[in-house]
Amino acid sequence: MEYEIKTKNKFSFGFRELNEYRELFYFFTWRDVKVKYKQTVLGFLWAILQPLFLTFIFTFAFKKSLSTKTEIEYVLFLLSGMLIWNLFSSGLNNSSNSMINNSNIIKKIYFPRLILPISSIFVSVIDYLITLGVFFIVVLFYDESISLWAIILIPLSLLSTIITTTGIGLFMAALNVKYRDVRYVLPFFIQSLMFLSPIIFPLKISDNILFEFILKYNPLSGSLELMRGSFEKYILNWDIVIGSSAVSILFFIFGFFYFRKTENYFADIV
Amino acid sequence: MKPILEISNLSKRFKINSEQQPYLSLRDSFSNLFKKANSKLDFWALNDLSFNVEEGDTVGIIGKNGAGKSTLLKVLSKITPPTSGQIISRGRIASLLEVGTGFHPELTGRENVYMNGSILGMRNTEIKKNFDAIVDFAGIERFIDTPLKHYSSGMQLRLAFAVAAFLENEILIIDEVLAVGDAEFQKKCMGKMSEVSKSGRTILFVSHNMGAIKQLCKKSVFLKQGELISYGESNSVLQMYSSSDAEGFDGIINCESNFINRIELYCDNIIQNVFYSGSRFKLKLYFESKELIISPVLGVIIRDEYDQAIVGINNKNYESQLRNFNNFYGCIEMEIPFLPLYVGRYYVDVHFGDAYIDLDVKRNLFSFVVEKNGINNALEMPNENYNKILIEKVNWKISDEHN
Repeated sequence: MEYEIKTKNKFSFGFRELNEYRELFYFFTWRDVKVKYKQTVLGFLWAILQPLFLTFIFTFAFKKSLSTKTEIEYVLFLLSGMLIWNLFSSGLNNSSNSMINNSNIIKKIYFPRLILPISSIFVSVIDYLITLGVFFIVVLFYDESISLWAIILIPLSLLSTIITTTGIGLFMAALNVKYRDVRYVLPFFIQSLMFLSPIIFPLKISDNILFEFILKYNPLSGSLELMRGSFEKYILNWDIVIGSSAVSILFFIFGFFYFRKTENYFADIV
Repeated sequence: MKPILEISNLSKRFKINSEQQPYLSLRDSFSNLFKKANSKLDFWALNDLSFNVEEGDTVGIIGKNGAGKSTLLKVLSKITPPTSGQIISRGRIASLLEVGTGFHPELTGRENVYMNGSILGMRNTEIKKNFDAIVDFAGIERFIDTPLKHYSSGMQLRLAFAVAAFLENEILIIDEVLAVGDAEFQKKCMGKMSEVSKSGRTILFVSHNMGAIKQLCKKSVFLKQGELISYGESNSVLQMYSSSDAEGFDGIINCESNFINRIELYCDNIIQNVFYSGSRFKLKLYFESKELIISPVLGVIIRDEYDQAIVGINNKNYESQLRNFNNFYGCIEMEIPFLPLYVGRYYVDVHFGDAYIDLDVKRNLFSFVVEKNGINNALEMPNENYNKILIEKVNWKISDEHN
């Protein structure tokens, strides 16, 4: 076995190396999941409680004014949105801080840096899967039926959320290493995005063209659309799915390249 | 056979902001746009380094702080890329720049072994295979399922070293891991390391500990300000290092500190930092303060190359007339009429205080050398292998008494 260590000029995706280190993905995810709920009384329940509680509050606040505008029961509209939203926001938060939180490891050991932000998103995926189970239970209490297409649509929506989260997360993680401003921008950014996506309210809420455009083609809208499309009554708008997915993939490509380009020097400046 | 590591023309440059800041903020970046670009200084941590390491060699890397040792290790372990030049490696490199990287206090000992092993590049199956041996080596069977935060620091260290000891990579890079832990643990680590080097694997070892380098490494690399000064047999490289270390130091240490102004060393009343066993050792400390110092206290700790304290004394330990002295400045003199130390380099911590507290503590402030010299001129010195200190006077008697 012979290899070289030198200045990297050529860009590479590094997939082969990622494959070599695949066990580390598992270990980092496993560690974060383990640590996350250590010394908590409710443990994994926290994963469920957060979105349920938010759904509860928003339902109280908006049910009256919004229930006529959604094609499906408002509670379910909201809960399905919360599922995706929670995955996105906690995944983005984790991955953006992953480099800083593990700076002591980065400075001492080499491994493909991509492992950290990506594995931290998987931690959120596990929370998502638990909440998804609860989601199906809640659906039973309402007079809504889920179509067979859900078998494809739900995994698709999960995939598209992961792509979006990874794209933005990688960019933020790399930026965070160099500029600690990210720490302050991020909560604000996440909060604003919640109201720029059709999570609490449907697309048709506003007659402002620009606002509607953002609601339609922001990278999360596709995931939300796919998720809600699994209800029989919901009419899936493929325009939104395709347009939003395109944006999401663009974000992903940009984030990925930016990360790969800057990661060599993380250990020097983190 | 080709060398296992070929390092050629390796250089590494850091850009230092003239106003040094740990990290940038976006605002600075914007404001820098309008400044001239040369507000950044180039600093070459490694400068055109070339050398080869043969398979099975144990190579020590020595040099003062800032000589580029750690940067070299970081480049070798791929943590940071070189600015130019290249390294050709013909084996898997494992780097131990720290013991217990990735240890998490909330995880149990068992979980941490898996986590740490995996970060160090061990396969899951490798860890499983060696798990019992690792726990056994660390000696913590009873606590293996206890969260790490309940471990004593010694136990954590043992566990961390145990994981690292079972790495099966062809090349091991080790940075000062021995600088921690008690003497017994250090001994155990040294034993394991020489065992590893005997098994035919290649080790690169950075240390300030000259004794450890002498003991472990056949060859050594001497770095100074990022440049390779010499590479070869450890003995000659170490000699070169010691003599260059003494350069620019003639027994006077000027301190820019609040209390200690200057320290002078005298061997037999001549100002210098080279002594011999049994010589007269004198240390003068000039102090000055804005406030009145009541009964000044001078404490001196002398450490050997293994960082083990050999002598630690202050004037409170001895009958002295310093107690009635109160002033804003002054000079304390300490004299050991017969220096009971053996050949080697010794490192000195200086503590300065008043009757109640330490006002100024300088760890590793300076070092001095003790050279060979027979006592009483004609007699030979007691065997070095059996003596750590030199006893000044022993009374011997012989007679024809019979029991």
